[in-house]
Amino acid sequence: MPKPVIELLVNNHAGVMSHITGLFARRAFNIDGILCGPVGDGNTSRMFLLVDEDERIPQVIKQLEKLHDVINVRERNDYDRTIFHRLHEFVESE
Amino acid sequence: MKRTGAQIITALLERQGIETVAGIPGGCNLPLYDALRDSPIHHVLARHEQGAGFIAQGMARATGKAAVCLATSGPGATNLLTAIADAKLDSVPIIAITGQVPASMIGTDAFQEVDTYGLTLPITKHNFIVRNIEELLEVVPEAFHIALSGRPGPVAIDVPKDMQTQTLDITEWPEPGKADAFPPCDPEAIRQLADRIHRAKKPVLYIGGGIIASGASEDLAAFARKNGIPVACTLSGLGAFPANDPLYLGMLGMHGAQYTNLLLDEADLILAFGVRFDDRATGRVVEFCKHADIIHVDIDPSEISKIKPANLAIVGDVGNVLRSVMPMLHDNERSEWRGRIMELKDRFPLRFPVPQDPLHPMNFLQQLSMRTEPGTIITTDVGQHQMWVAQAYPFQRPRTLLTSGGLGTMGFGLPAAIGAALARPGIRAVCVSGDGSILMNLQELATLAELNLDVTVFIMNNHHLGLVRQQQELFYGQRYFATQFGADPDFARIAEGFGLRAWDLGEETDPMETVARTLNQPGPCVINVPVHQTENVLPMVPPGKANREMIIGELTYA
Ligand SMILES: Cc1ncc(C[n+]2csc(CCOP(=O)(O)OP(=O)(O)O)c2C)c(N)n1
Repeated sequence: MPKPVIELLVNNHAGVMSHITGLFARRAFNIDGILCGPVGDGNTSRMFLLVDEDERIPQVIKQLEKLHDVINVRERNDYDRTIFHRLHEFVESE
Repeated sequence: MKRTGAQIITALLERQGIETVAGIPGGCNLPLYDALRDSPIHHVLARHEQGAGFIAQGMARATGKAAVCLATSGPGATNLLTAIADAKLDSVPIIAITGQVPASMIGTDAFQEVDTYGLTLPITKHNFIVRNIEELLEVVPEAFHIALSGRPGPVAIDVPKDMQTQTLDITEWPEPGKADAFPPCDPEAIRQLADRIHRAKKPVLYIGGGIIASGASEDLAAFARKNGIPVACTLSGLGAFPANDPLYLGMLGMHGAQYTNLLLDEADLILAFGVRFDDRATGRVVEFCKHADIIHVDIDPSEISKIKPANLAIVGDVGNVLRSVMPMLHDNERSEWRGRIMELKDRFPLRFPVPQDPLHPMNFLQQLSMRTEPGTIITTDVGQHQMWVAQAYPFQRPRTLLTSGGLGTMGFGLPAAIGAALARPGIRAVCVSGDGSILMNLQELATLAELNLDVTVFIMNNHHLGLVRQQQELFYGQRYFATQFGADPDFARIAEGFGLRAWDLGEETDPMETVARTLNQPGPCVINVPVHQTENVLPMVPPGKANREMIIGELTYA
């Protein structure tokens, strides 16, 4: 079973990342990989979080939706995860 | 017209309708204080920033409106944190505005620099750091909008000193921030709600602070009476339903009456309205209302099925939901269920001590309740005295009990009473504290003396950290440690030293007469109330146990 990916659209300013990672840390929820980059005119960013399969994902998504700078959240299971594989290859290489 | 950032902040606060703020000045918020000097806003000088935070909370909790507290950078900001975290857990709309070192010095470990943004991040609904002066025009109204919309909560704004001193030409002011309107309820969900109520034989309303936040007390009363549904309150829900109503079941949970918890255990339908299934209310969650279907109504979608899966969930304003379902609701007496309630209430009532015992806090609080004006605002600290207030004081109206429910912060009571008295002039605020808790924000007696507000402080003096001592007695084999006080402060003399009128009921021949007399005198006063030293709050559900497994105790009850 491939790992779930949570996709977020967020306001692109300093502090957003700490709101999101802080929420995961506070609720004892692990993030395996993060991909993030600005979209369009750069006012927003799209973020992909690779997470562990967990029954609490719906609760985490609801908590993410409450964050002021989060515009949109969804769980994606149709996503091409190979990019995360390459990411892991990259971080594992010396 | 050119204005400094500080003047912009005060102007925006005025436009929000803010009349009173509480805080303490220091290096990094001095420009803001300079601007406040010229503003019609009344500034209350607290004596500790935590006091300022709880004064703001007292104002907000007593009115439902957002209230503001101020602190300087570094230690000023860290001192505010407890009051902010407390507001988060109890969904109280406060705005904390902190000074910060100038933007160019952030990250250099400058004097009194601390990462206020990072510190407030997990304990606010949202937080801001202002990075350029234009942002103030957006951030301040947005802070109010966030604090008041949906489930209320605290917002922190960190303002570097140079953002307060720079100037900006203002041609147009933004609209003040206000709460979003609630979307209408889904009519299909409302129909299902009515249908489930009509099918239920043994329904119970389990209600909490959400009813008060939504201003839905009257809607709740009409709803409960129409269909004959009894009402159990959480600590935060006390006052949302009148205690003198025959449908009232009192508080549920850890220190609820035995019959209340037993009825919830028998119920076939739980209407969980404006509640979040806190562990103090539910006890062991899998055992909570085991035989019942659960209908959960809350404004915060993330509360739905967070702790306990709901059979029907409605996300929305609980007042809206109550009003929408009313026209569909049948009249019902529910005589069978009501009979069962009377039976359990007779057999397992909330027990009071023998009335001749003047040193038992429950007796004192019951006597006190007969001597306060209707509408009196009671604040508490945290401990046994708080639970006895919840059990023995019959709250009739919303926003008449202000208590730290979620965080359980000792030191809440006195500054919250000051805030309540500021926000509701003409209404007395009564703080019921303990001899442990009162010392945690005692310095605010100076603020109280200065403001000369109608605040009465009762110190239930048992010479112990009573609630912790009780746990050591019941769950740690009576291995008492660090819960008995070796020193015995003379609170009446201390209060007099602050310039306040004070009494020690241990020295009065007719203590309750003294209480009645002082409650009718304008201005503040402090009253020491000697109580039994080792009394326990009962009944009690041991932590981790099901609510029906209560310790009843073998004390001498009437
Ligand atoms: C700030 C803070 N520190 C510690 C606690 C843990 N605690 C809970 S109740 C309590 C004792 C309170 O003593 P007191 O105010 O005298 O009230 P009593 O229980 O004796 O009525 C303590 C220490 C707390 N709730 N808040």
